[in-house]
Amino acid sequence: MQPFTTLTGIAAPLPMANVDTDKIIPARFLKTIERKGLGRAAFADMRFNDDGSEKPEFVLNQEPYRNAEVLIAHENFGCGSSREHAPWALLDFGIRCVIAPDFADIFFNNSFKNGILPIKLPREICDTLMEDAKMGANARISVDLTRQVVIRPNGEEIPFEVDPLRKHRLLNGLDDIGETMQRAAVIEGFEAKQRAAQPWLYG
Amino acid sequence: MSAMKPRTLFDKIWDAHVVETSPDGTALLYIDRHLVHEVTSPQAFEGLRTAGRPVHRLDGTFAVTDHNVPTDSTRFTGIQEPESALQVATLERNVADFGVTYIPLNDKRQGIVHIIGPELGISLPGMTIVCGDSHTSTHGAMGALAFGIGTSEVEHVLATQTLLQKPAKNMRVTVNGALPFGCTAKDIVLAIIGKIGTAGGTGHVIEYAGEAIRALDMAGRMTVCNMSIEAGARAGMIAPDETTFEYVRTRPMAPKGEALERAIQWWSTLPTDEGAVFDREVTLDASEIAPMVSWGTSPEDVLPITGVVPDPETAGDEARRAQLRRMVQYMGLTPGQRLQDLKVDAVFVGSCTNGRIEDIRAAAEVVRGRRVAEGVRAMVVPGSGLVKEQAEQEGLDVILKEAGFEWREAGCSMCLGMNPDKIGPGQRCASTSNRNFEGRQGKGGRTHLLSPAMAAAAAVTGHLTDVRELSREGAGETV
Repeated sequence: MQPFTTLTGIAAPLPMANVDTDKIIPARFLKTIERKGLGRAAFADMRFNDDGSEKPEFVLNQEPYRNAEVLIAHENFGCGSSREHAPWALLDFGIRCVIAPDFADIFFNNSFKNGILPIKLPREICDTLMEDAKMGANARISVDLTRQVVIRPNGEEIPFEVDPLRKHRLLNGLDDIGETMQRAAVIEGFEAKQRAAQPWLYG
Repeated sequence: MSAMKPRTLFDKIWDAHVVETSPDGTALLYIDRHLVHEVTSPQAFEGLRTAGRPVHRLDGTFAVTDHNVPTDSTRFTGIQEPESALQVATLERNVADFGVTYIPLNDKRQGIVHIIGPELGISLPGMTIVCGDSHTSTHGAMGALAFGIGTSEVEHVLATQTLLQKPAKNMRVTVNGALPFGCTAKDIVLAIIGKIGTAGGTGHVIEYAGEAIRALDMAGRMTVCNMSIEAGARAGMIAPDETTFEYVRTRPMAPKGEALERAIQWWSTLPTDEGAVFDREVTLDASEIAPMVSWGTSPEDVLPITGVVPDPETAGDEARRAQLRRMVQYMGLTPGQRLQDLKVDAVFVGSCTNGRIEDIRAAAEVVRGRRVAEGVRAMVVPGSGLVKEQAEQEGLDVILKEAGFEWREAGCSMCLGMNPDKIGPGQRCASTSNRNFEGRQGKGGRTHLLSPAMAAAAAVTGHLTDVRELSREGAGETV
């Protein structure tokens, strides 16, 4: 996983609530056995017409937002399916950070596993950042994970919360599995006890 | 020693599965059952292969294909669509390489992962159950803690049989009283989502309780728990009781004899203790529930079938007005229009929400002696091969086929637009599935969520219909 430390880039305004994972990536694009290459499918039905041409009114088809690295949205971003293809598609498109008042649990979790930082900020602050984002290339937004601040184009710093363990993993690009496997003895100890108490759980 | 603090059903299952806890409160949670399907697992197995890791517990891991398999006979002769065929072939290669138990497409036990888990006795009370699919919440109806995970977590469970988790908050939704005539579990859960909203359960596990929930059979309980994710909750659960134990007794992979009695003893200790505190409580009166239908593109946008399309301009703030305008336009509606006047092009009975034998019986009961309206494509897709077999033994397939329904092989089918069963742009579908998002059933398609009986009613009239008005006495005359 690519570490996330700091980021300064274009932020795209997406003033919608309940942006579901079918919007982020429609199901027909899930028939892949790889993680890469899904950027073309990100927001496909909002981005493209049936003939493959772009819908000019959609924000990510406009300059400078084609190169957006931050997405700013309304409530309940990422609701719906558990598909990790949603963060994979965003990442492949170039989005490394999503800022919204709140997120659906599974999407939130999946983002951290892929080097995407989801930031929860109150609706009023999201609205302010949304206005900044509308200024396009003149308004780059910075995110500093180490210091846990979003920096507005005018220099104002907005602090945000992040789970310390997730922050550590994101800053260092760590994969959970290797760490958990070091706990193999403890897991086996749990299994021995559970097997004695509830033998029907074991085949 | 002080008496133990009263605990919820969720707390008890959680506590029984914590391997260890980090100082920051993150638990290493043990997972009893891991269900795997073709769409969200290829990258996870690839990760194991690259790292040279085996599957940690082969006796706790079960695989099946369901999402992208065709539901007609072409599935037996080779899947036409190359990407779907590759995903299925990849799963088959992975289960062979890693030694995972697999239920193949031509096995009559094949079906939607959330139908077959409980049906086969893979999913049992008191367990932790995960799957790379958000509707894993279905298995919570067994009195288990069951939730959907992403592919990175699928790999984590395959490798370690654990997950890193922070405990969820406890929420209880109590449905008092008795359901009125014509209403089902689907109407209960749509009413709940309409009340608390699509993010109402975020960060929580919902325990469903109350007289109306206790009165549901296991199929109905699964329907309710299935749609917990549509209320934002990762898991929904119902305390195990005699209804649960009776169900478990006949499941082929469930414990038998003395082992079962011992299991029931433990399961009987799981219901929430008196005095346990929930972070949030919501109460509904079942007698006030009417047959529900969704009108918009979020599962919270539901109304009783007697309702009319809302006027976006009456909404409180501009963001909500814009959202409603978009929905009304996408769904091809006019504010003030009666929901019952909406003509349908397609009817779908099936999915992990409503693909069980009880659902097919409910649809067939409405359809018996009637015919599918002209111009409507109606299909029933059993949730598993065993459901299909049972329905055929009961002659339900004949009733449905004679009425003009398509009778298909088991799979996710028209729920999610990633296999050949789709609706076209602008088409309107009365669907027993779980999501009405834009494009969910096919690009540009319009979905109205409702119960199997309501779907059947729409099929025979050709428009959204209040099933209570199709009284059985009139059936003979309608033919």
